[in-house]
Amino acid sequence: MIKRVFLALAATLIAGALTGPAAAADDRFIVVQSTTSTQNSGLFDDLLPKFQDKTGIEVRVVAVGTGQAIKNAANGDGDVLFVHSKPSEEKFVADGLGVSRADVMYNDFVIVGPADDPAGVAGSSDVVAAMQTIAGSGAPFASRGDDSGTHKAELRLWAAAGVDPDAASGSWYRETGSGMGATLNTGTGMGAYVMTDRATWIAFGNKGDYQIAVEGDARMFNQYGVILVNPDAHPHVKADMGQEFVDWLLSKDGQQAIADYKVDGQQLFFPNANKGSS
Amino acid sequence: MDSFWGAIGGAFGLVFALDPDLMEIIGLSMRVTLTAVLFACVIGLPLGAAVGTFRFPGRSVVAVSLNALMGLPPVVVGLLVYLLLSASGPLAPLRLLYTPTAMIIAQMVLVTPIVAALTRQVIEDLNLEYSEQFASMGVGPIDRMGAMLWDARYSLLTVALAGFGRAVAEVGAVIIVGGNINHVTRVMTTTIALETSKGNLQLALALGVILLMIAFAVNAGVMALRASAVRAAYA
Amino acid sequence: MREFAFTPAPGLPSFDRNAARDPLLEVRDLTYSAGGEQLLKAVNLTIRPGSRTLLMGPNGAGKSLLLRLMHGLLQPDDGAILWQGARLSPAARSAQAMVFQRPVLLRRSVLANLRFALSVRGLRGRERNDRIASALEAAGLAHLAGRPARVLSGGEQQRLSLVRALACEPDLLFLDEPTANLDPASTAAIEKLVLEANRQGVTIVLVTHDAGQAKRLGQHVVFLQDGEVAEAGPVGEVLNAPRSEPVRAWREGRIYLGPNTRSMNRNTDDFPGRSQ
Repeated sequence: MIKRVFLALAATLIAGALTGPAAAADDRFIVVQSTTSTQNSGLFDDLLPKFQDKTGIEVRVVAVGTGQAIKNAANGDGDVLFVHSKPSEEKFVADGLGVSRADVMYNDFVIVGPADDPAGVAGSSDVVAAMQTIAGSGAPFASRGDDSGTHKAELRLWAAAGVDPDAASGSWYRETGSGMGATLNTGTGMGAYVMTDRATWIAFGNKGDYQIAVEGDARMFNQYGVILVNPDAHPHVKADMGQEFVDWLLSKDGQQAIADYKVDGQQLFFPNANKGSS
Repeated sequence: MDSFWGAIGGAFGLVFALDPDLMEIIGLSMRVTLTAVLFACVIGLPLGAAVGTFRFPGRSVVAVSLNALMGLPPVVVGLLVYLLLSASGPLAPLRLLYTPTAMIIAQMVLVTPIVAALTRQVIEDLNLEYSEQFASMGVGPIDRMGAMLWDARYSLLTVALAGFGRAVAEVGAVIIVGGNINHVTRVMTTTIALETSKGNLQLALALGVILLMIAFAVNAGVMALRASAVRAAYA
Repeated sequence: MREFAFTPAPGLPSFDRNAARDPLLEVRDLTYSAGGEQLLKAVNLTIRPGSRTLLMGPNGAGKSLLLRLMHGLLQPDDGAILWQGARLSPAARSAQAMVFQRPVLLRRSVLANLRFALSVRGLRGRERNDRIASALEAAGLAHLAGRPARVLSGGEQQRLSLVRALACEPDLLFLDEPTANLDPASTAAIEKLVLEANRQGVTIVLVTHDAGQAKRLGQHVVFLQDGEVAEAGPVGEVLNAPRSEPVRAWREGRIYLGPNTRSMNRNTDDFPGRSQ
């Protein structure tokens, strides 16, 4: 009796394993390498069904840090790259790995901190001055430290502030080496200031007593770009379907869908295709 | 502690609501892990039995290596399998990256050493008991291995459970090779990781409780099998 | 291998058959050492077909060791085992079977144990089933055929081991103190099966400690002491009128510590720095 149950189960599993790849040979999908901020904010959960309804193309998002997303796309493990680090994106295209880069949407970064504001920077709209103050005060600051778009933007701001965070790594400067959500969890847990994109912060479920401390500085502008992975570099890339996705994102429908996405009544991303240079 | 009890309540709520997304995730977790354990046993049981039965040069090196591989870090396995399956890797034409099959492969790599190393120990001990009688009866090598594997079936069931426990609980390997893609490669552990990173700790904990409940159910089922076996002096 | 049935048949007194035939198994100058000790020293003996030979002697004399060497489970350091005049080969070994002191049974049913033993010899179908049935019948275990072998009593398990060995139709059956741990009823049952098998032509080589068993089963005796053959001959002569000192001592209930006995004193003398 037991033998029969076991054999039946084994047969089902083996059948499943063997037909799995075959079933996935239903080819109407693309893989998009993207960031944790677009995933964690819920944007994709809202956006992608709309695209699939229109075109029948399933979009499979692999959400990792920008650095990893770019590396994966460089390996050819994605059809489209959708991240927020313009210098790295432009290099990706210059290296022949991407066809071309286009602006899609923007939001901004904010610095969040505990309600008791140990460094006294709450309410500031000068991010560089605020970061100098934080560094001087020795209040803890949690960084992603993972080569992501957010991390690179953060480093540019430290440079503008004339602070070398490396030297302080391990004391007041805490590098978590993790995604945005994990860094927020860690930062709020240790009462540290964290630089995050607004969208992730609004959607974040573990805020504790944290508030937005620093916002509104033009230097905290966070631009997202989309790139089709170059089929010349990786012939198997689904260039046609990938291009459809890129085109839709930049189209009136796609841009409207981005603008329509709100959490708690707040718009998280602001479409700006074709408004800037690429 | 509040959130812990809240999580238990949340867990039962989710299960009874039969939330379709949750059912899909549980189903995929079970499919991936059970398939991986099945194939790991198909490879690991004979491998462990062979190393436990026969004397050959380098035998102790093999035994030590199998034991050491039990401690393979899942994230390292994930990375290695990713490099193999990546579009820039040697197995690229198989197009397996970011599919459940890739996750099964990664978990197989994790579980096979566990099954092989523990089987080796079980069979080695059994071999001490039987080797003289087998030699006297003229039992050939394949028959010996087969007889001992069957003889040790209830111990080996526990070995399979150890493999199952390792696989169902790991996240490092499946998240790299699977990509945690919604409705495609999202399993219990990667969902817990995702919800945690979104700060939805209560939900993450509730999912963790559900995962524990499933692991309990599987182990309890096998324990019931063993109990009846012990009564019949098969153990 | 010859025709074999468990039904009793009248036979000639065995010693007549023996005299006419060539030896079935010969041990020549067999030597075996382990851990720096010489455990068997140039042992010689002859087993004639159809005979019942008892290996006797005190603990540590080398009886079980000799049995295992004769069955090919161990390799000697020096000397030879000859089966029908030729060196012991796998084919020769498959004409032998052995019953150990503790029964070694697989964790499956009584019937499955028998089936396994016959399957590994390539037997299938009707013939295998027939042999299983007769074995169960002869051992009186037919009503327990479906039971897990390991829940049987000690006596029942040993009976099963014995008929399992005999079902393979060996020419020679080795038994290593088969009834040492059994109660009298089980002992009687085992001895009955052994004698019956011998009547059918199976040569028996049995290790025993038990004087009573020696009298009941014995035909020839080989008495070992400290790895050497102290005396050998028909059971009546050796046990009733021993000529060697070890057997005399055994008969009279004395512990024999001869010149070759490994002594406790001698071992400590080997330690450096010890005073004598």
